[in-house]
Amino acid sequence: MPENSTHQDFEIRPLPHYERWISALLLVAVLGGFVYVLAGAQIKWSTIPQYATSTIILSGIGGTMYLTIGSMALGLLLGLIVAIARGSQNSVVSNAAAAYVWLFRGIPALVLVLLWFNIALVVPNVWIPFIFYGSTNDIVTPFVAALLGLALTESAFMSEIVRAGIISVDPGQIEAAKSIGLSPWKITKRVILPQTLKVVIPPTGNEFIAMLKYSSIAYVVAYQELASQSAKIYTQNLQVIEVLLAATIWYVALTTIFSILQHWIEKALRDTSGGSFARKMMRNIAPGRF
Amino acid sequence: MDLVRIEDVHKSYGHLEVLKGVSFSVAKGDVQCIVGPSGSGKSTLLRCINHLETINRGRIWVEDDLIGYRQNGRILHEMSDSELCHQRSQIGMVFQSFNLFAHRTSLENVIEGPIQVRSTPKTQAIEKARALLAQVGMDRFENYYPRQLSGGQQQRVAIARALAMEPKVVLFDEPTSALDPERVGEVLDVMCELAKTGMTMIVVTHEIGFAREVGSTLIFMDQGVVVEKGKPRDVIERSNNERAQAFFSKIL
Repeated sequence: MPENSTHQDFEIRPLPHYERWISALLLVAVLGGFVYVLAGAQIKWSTIPQYATSTIILSGIGGTMYLTIGSMALGLLLGLIVAIARGSQNSVVSNAAAAYVWLFRGIPALVLVLLWFNIALVVPNVWIPFIFYGSTNDIVTPFVAALLGLALTESAFMSEIVRAGIISVDPGQIEAAKSIGLSPWKITKRVILPQTLKVVIPPTGNEFIAMLKYSSIAYVVAYQELASQSAKIYTQNLQVIEVLLAATIWYVALTTIFSILQHWIEKALRDTSGGSFARKMMRNIAPGRF
Repeated sequence: MDLVRIEDVHKSYGHLEVLKGVSFSVAKGDVQCIVGPSGSGKSTLLRCINHLETINRGRIWVEDDLIGYRQNGRILHEMSDSELCHQRSQIGMVFQSFNLFAHRTSLENVIEGPIQVRSTPKTQAIEKARALLAQVGMDRFENYYPRQLSGGQQQRVAIARALAMEPKVVLFDEPTSALDPERVGEVLDVMCELAKTGMTMIVVTHEIGFAREVGSTLIFMDQGVVVEKGKPRDVIERSNNERAQAFFSKIL
């Protein structure tokens, strides 16, 4: 009977994915070849953990973190100011902001770090009224030169990221804010900026991770970050690959930590179940307890 | 007493002249409806009244305030931002696309103006906002975000947000055009109730039924000028103007 046939059980056979087996085999072959080459290479594997935990490398990690967080904080602050200035009704201010972005996006960070480091050649003394008078060399340490070079470059890119966030806000809401009499500054602070976060956070996390590795150009001014500390060891003992592999492990580890942190922040921002941002973050880290 | 006076208003975008000398006035407590084909300049006119658009010629007054300018003899001085904000805070506006602040709940949308512009104490602003949300039938949704509300519900919150500033006049820019047909009624009902409280309203709309039943006067605009003006029934049913007749015969 026809009704009965609809109740019959059928077996569903999934499509066989032969191509997955082929690609897996290829991957194993490539990785195997890679391991074979490494095994035959004259690398003193046992020394890598020693280098990775040596005081020189560990102090380099500290230097990398200071420089990364410092440059990103300053870059973010300046970028935010420049992005807001870019949208100013004051045409002098908005054009100056555009020129700023044009200039600092155009100078390689490496060149900018070197320019700051050598500024004493042309400006030997610094005079800030009532605050400071002294030799430029006393202020522009390797850290300050690297910080300024990296932060100024970063601020130009960050301002473009923030600007993209500002553009993404519905213009209708800005008109509504005007219609109830909010001032331009309050519209920026209370309507526009809070709504840019969703757009701004993912690329900012990306910039942060890029900066973690980009900070290695501070090597040229002998600032004590991970790359230059590594060089200090291998120029003495010539164990170049071993030391650089130890540094690589740390760079990848730091990147992983910040990627996870970024993931948590983004998840907390998507969380609409109420509570403060800190509480939402904690709920990510220890679900069930908050 | 005329609350809103519009005198010879001209507005152009480049070479395109959108308003070609519009004049009329709205008495206190009146519901002034404006209808007309799209592109007739009615929305632009409404946006000129709270200076969201600047005008090229003419003057607009709300009560005794000249909008957007300070007059000194034959010279109109542009106002500063703070003076403009003060004027706008006394003119409510309801938009076609609601334009609620997406990151704020219904209640937060309504208290934003009183707290930030008028410096009303928070508890007082919340109390007032709850009463307004009740007035538009949205008191059960004070903690909802705009995306969790239907179009009609969002528009009712937007009306409460405009009323929270205790405006002298509320401008409605096609308030029901973006709504599902079954949601139009709930917004029109709220507007109808608002009209009964004596609020002065200027309503750009395609809802001829609303204009006829609730409107005190009706203006028919076409191609940047006022073509017909009068009692709604007279304009809709007894106009001698060819363009007005053609428009109403199509819409009714």
